[in-house]
Formats: sequence, C-alpha cells, structure tokens
Amino acid sequence: MAAPIDLHEVMEREREERFRTRWRVKACSSTACLSAGAGATIKAMEDLVERDDMVLEVQVIPTGCMGLCSAGPLIRMMRRGGDEADYRNVTPEAAVEIVRSHVLDEEPVPEYQLDTSMPFFTSQERVVLANGGVINPDRIESYVAHGGYQALEKALTTMKPKAVVEEIRKSGIRGRGGAGYPVASKWSLLAAASGKTKYVVANGDEGDPGAYMDRTIMEDDPHRLIEGIAIAAYATGANQAYIYVRAEYPRAIERLDRAIRVARRNRLLGRKILDTNFDLTVEVRIGAGAFVCGEETALMASIEGRRGTPQLRPPYPTEKGLWGSPTMINNVETLANIAPIISRGGDWFASLGTEKSTGTKVFALAGDITNTGLIEVPMGTTLREIVEDIGGGIPDGKQFKAAQTGGPSGGCIPSKFLDTPVDYDSLRELGSIMGSGGLIVMDEDVQMPDVAKYFMEFSMDESCGKCTPCRVGTVQMHNLLQRLCDGTGSKQDLRDLEHLCSVVRDTSLCGLGQAAPNPVISTLQYFRDEYIALIDQQEVVHA
Amino acid sequence: MSDTRTRRVAGATDSQQGDHPSGDNRFDLVDKHLKRARYEQDQLIETLHVAQDVFGYLSEDILIYVARALRLPPSMVYGVATFYHLFTFDPPGDHSCTVCTGTACFVKGADDIVQAVSDTYSVPAGETSEDGSLTLKTARCLGSCGLAPVVVFDGNVLGHQDTESTLELVAGAVGGGG
Repeated sequence: MAAPIDLHEVMEREREERFRTRWRVKACSSTACLSAGAGATIKAMEDLVERDDMVLEVQVIPTGCMGLCSAGPLIRMMRRGGDEADYRNVTPEAAVEIVRSHVLDEEPVPEYQLDTSMPFFTSQERVVLANGGVINPDRIESYVAHGGYQALEKALTTMKPKAVVEEIRKSGIRGRGGAGYPVASKWSLLAAASGKTKYVVANGDEGDPGAYMDRTIMEDDPHRLIEGIAIAAYATGANQAYIYVRAEYPRAIERLDRAIRVARRNRLLGRKILDTNFDLTVEVRIGAGAFVCGEETALMASIEGRRGTPQLRPPYPTEKGLWGSPTMINNVETLANIAPIISRGGDWFASLGTEKSTGTKVFALAGDITNTGLIEVPMGTTLREIVEDIGGGIPDGKQFKAAQTGGPSGGCIPSKFLDTPVDYDSLRELGSIMGSGGLIVMDEDVQMPDVAKYFMEFSMDESCGKCTPCRVGTVQMHNLLQRLCDGTGSKQDLRDLEHLCSVVRDTSLCGLGQAAPNPVISTLQYFRDEYIALIDQQEVVHA
Repeated sequence: MSDTRTRRVAGATDSQQGDHPSGDNRFDLVDKHLKRARYEQDQLIETLHVAQDVFGYLSEDILIYVARALRLPPSMVYGVATFYHLFTFDPPGDHSCTVCTGTACFVKGADDIVQAVSDTYSVPAGETSEDGSLTLKTARCLGSCGLAPVVVFDGNVLGHQDTESTLELVAGAVGGGG
C-alpha cells in the first residue's frame, strides 16, 4: 500500500509553484464562462505565452466559477505578492491585449476591467464558494494548497466521531437541500443506528429549474465534497458512500469520478485512510432525468436501479435505507460546509448568519436582474440587498415585481416583503421556502398566473404517478390554470383551483406532491387581482 | 420472446459487424460495462445510459439484451427505462436542438424559441422531424441560468439566444426554414 499524501509537503511545493512566475492568470472555466467562450480565451493566452516565450513570466490557471456569470468570460491577473485585476467579457483578442499590457508595460486595461469594489463582490461572504476562481478543480494539489483535506486529517487523528457530531451541532447548520432539518440530528441518528453496513449519500440531484449551486460545487470543488462526505462517514460509522448526480451534469460526473480516483490513490479514500483505521468507498451514481429523485426515498430507489418512486416514511432512511441498511442523505451544499466547520470550529460557523439559520447560503441569481450569477451571502441578508445591491437591480428601468425561491416547491415573494431577511423561517412565513437556492427575479412584465401555470406544468410532468392526489391533482390544476390564463376561466374554476390546492397539499404521499400547489397558493395570496382580472376580462367579452 | 443473440439491431452497418454473437460489435461496449459492474442488478440505470450512448437510443432488442444480462424481468427494465425522461426509444435526428425551459429561461422567453423552431420545421417539441434531420427537445434546466435563454445545438451550449438567432443557427446546419 502506497504512503498517504503528505498534506504539508504538497502545500510547500504548491507555494513554490505559486511564486515561480511573476504573473499568474486565473481564468474562469466553469460551465457558464465556457458557454460564453472561455475555452478560446484560455487557448489564446496559452498560445501567447508559448509564442512570445513568456513561460517563465506567466502561468495560465483554469479555475472554477468566479460568480458573475453574466459578464463571462472572466479572468484575473495576479502579480506575484501584489496587485490583482479582474476582467470581464474577455474575448481571445482582449485576453492577449490584457496579458501583454500587464506583463510588458505593467499597465491594466481599463476597457475590460471589472470593478471589484461593487456590492456584487463586497457584500458576499464566501465559505462554500471560497475556492471558486481560486483553485484548479482538476488538481488535488491545488485544493490541498488552500487548506484542503486538513479538516479530514484533523477529524481522523484528533477527534472521536462523537466530537465531530458535537462540532456540527455547535455550528447549528441546517440542511441546505430545502427543508432545513438540523444536520447534527440526522448525523446522530445514523451514528446511533445499529448494523454493520451504513451508507452516506450526497444528494446532487439538483432538479429545481433555476438552481445550479450544487453543480458548481461538484464541478469546481469536487474534493471539498469528498472531504465532507469522508468526515460525515467517519462521524456516523459509515464505510460506503454514494454521490447521486443528475445525468444532465456530465461534467460534474466526470470531475467527481476523477477526484475519487485521485483521492483513493492518495489514501484519502479507500482502506486505512491517512494510515488510520477508517475505511471508506465512494461511488458516483447517475440519475436519468426525474425530478422526484431529489426526494430521499425516491433517490434511494434510483440508486438501487429501480424506478424512482417515493416510499411512505417512517421508517426513515436512517433506520431502513439503501438495501435495508441505515442510510443518511445530505445535500451537496451541506456537505461542502463540513470541512470549514471542522477546520474553523462550530462557534465560528454559528457566528455567521442569524441565530436560527446559521452560516451562509449560496443562491443562483437569475431572471430579470442586471448581475446574474452565483452568490453566497450570510443567512439573514435581506432580499433587497440581494436584488438591489448584489444583483444591481432590474435592467431597462423596469420595476421589481417578485422573487421566486424554492422552485416548483416554493413561492413568489412580492416587493412589499423586500426587506425580509432571507432565512428558513422568514421565507416559510411568507409562504415560500428556502429551497435549494434558486432565486429568480421577475419584473413588471411577468404575469403571475403564467408563472403558476409554468410550475404546475413542471409538477404535472414530473409527478411520478404513485399516489393519486399528485398524479391526478396536478393535471386538473394545470387544466384550470390553462383556462384561466387563456381568459376562458370562470369564478368557479378559481374556487376549484383553491380547493384542489389544499387537497393535493394535504393528501400527497411525498414532499414534492405536498409542495406542488405552493406556487399557486403564493401567487393567489399576493397577486390575486391578476387572476380576477383574467376572469373579468372573459366576463366582459361574454357580456 | 425471440432469442436476441441471433438478431441484429436495426441500424448496424457492415463495418460494425464482428465477433459479437449478435453480429453488432457495439454490444461489446455494453458488455464491457456490464463486466466492470460485475453484472450487479443495481447497475441497471448506468447500463441503460451506456447502451443509449452507444446506440443513440434504446430499442426493444437492447432492452431485452440488458434484461437478460442482468437477470431482470423485461417488464422491470422497460418500467425503469420509461420512467426516466432521459431515455429515448426512437432514433435521434441528424441534428439536435435543445431549448432550456428552466425558470430563468422561461422568464426570458424560451417558450417563443421552442414555438418558432417547432413551427418552422413542423416538429413538435420532444420529437424528430419527418425527414430525420432535426430533433427538437426541451430541457428542464441546464444550470446556465446566468446566460438565459440557453440553447444547446449539437452539443454546443449557446447563451443569450432569441428566436431569430436560434432559427439562423438551425437553418445553418439543417437548411430550409421556409
């Protein structure tokens, strides 16, 4: 058996590498920037370095997401031990100009420069995304150089499993998948469960349309997730773990597969991890396009190779999960928070955010907003700060109408609640949910009944068909919404719709069915006049 | 049920014929995956992914082949394959145009793009045109919401699309549009 990785030696080596050249160019090569042409930009810079013989002067480093996806491709020029300059919309020609100007003339290129003093950057607090735009996701050394796997080493060599769970309890972290269940409680349940085989599962089935936080973590910082899984498994006595990833994320699957292989080779996974008595196998399992598989019992059915239909709980997975053994399912973002909590302590984590919602939350900011991209803010940040400061407001001088959170299980928050702090409990009070972190901003042109219909169509398509209220109810609700949106609906249709909302909510088998009426309920609550207007219009026509 | 081992899968060309008992060497790739997965039954979804990658779609023969290899009832394999949206049972067109209809793209008018391509090429969303030149698909969310609306044409992800740019794109590859 090969010796395990020496984290401190790798760190030293990487530090030397960092100071090898006078300039380093970090180039965002996340999916959004690649779609905007980052591949050609990176190639142009590499060719330039080669052609102009700047190999000893400049190194080009592809990194994960820098955040401001709407301004991609993004690059960052970093001078050894000194200044940094960020650039946006960097075409291949611009990249050549920028690199030449910095390296030869020590001059920035204001034309493409990105103002990093704007609130989009200064109002964020990056814990989960700390490595975005910093490390090269394909190199474990790069992760280690920024403190990677030290939390795992600390846990395995200096902490008892119980102490790890205790630290998580102190942090107060709640599940980032949407429901906000205390993470430490879940961990204690699995730790207390009896049985020789126990499983830890990372839920990377990010099915909410408009959400891509988990994808970014899996693609841009795969080792962070693996480290979190390893710590969770150690704390709960599990020796087998799965990462369940949507098939729609091929790049995440590829990166995780490679990261797992590399971690195993370095004795960070496999047998006798870091020369301790802890063994852990991690495997990637791929979904095949079914929203319901984000629900934990359906997800387990899918891992077992079956149709992803949910089961009634109890028994909860921590009693009887995969193949009948105790299983714990955590969201990807939750697990990405674990290493920092162990490294810096639960008290540090609890000092971020609010009393009942600690830490930070990553949001995918999209829709009718100036700055779209991936942001991370302390829990309790107000919606106004997110929309107006970080998001830069609504473009084209239009008015903010609503923010949608929680995807098809969530709701729309109108402008009068812009000053609500974003945390689990406040959002729930408003009839929405935190969800996994999609945050879609809608301007005055968006018709709310259309939005409700859009989400109902989604829930109707994605209903797994196992229980009748959800299978039949979503179709009927969609029909009613279709009629209302077409302007052919009646007051009775609206009454039927409201009645169905409560039936489906109260009688569906799983959380997804129970939450399917939420977009309708919340738009009816805040934008009822728009529904009424659609009916009146029709009655006017008939008169 | 007929013996799949002696039947050929439609679409296999002569150059793909070889040593595999089915006469279609593409099954070797499926076999290779099955072997690596030690013929574990819980590898069904992964195996179907591999088969679809290799053949482009899942024909009845392929489903029966996978069922036998994993010692599963064909009804279960069919049930699983039809449950998940990503498995397809018809051969794909020469070109594929996928329009993201996630929430961000929806807000930015993705529905108009789908409608325009669908009308221009007389192909309903989720299907392939009659001449087999174009498959029009919609995706729930490609997770590139910062670039909404997003269109994926023949595997290339393109951001900030509108009806015009998408139709131009499709016409460039498929031709026509009139």
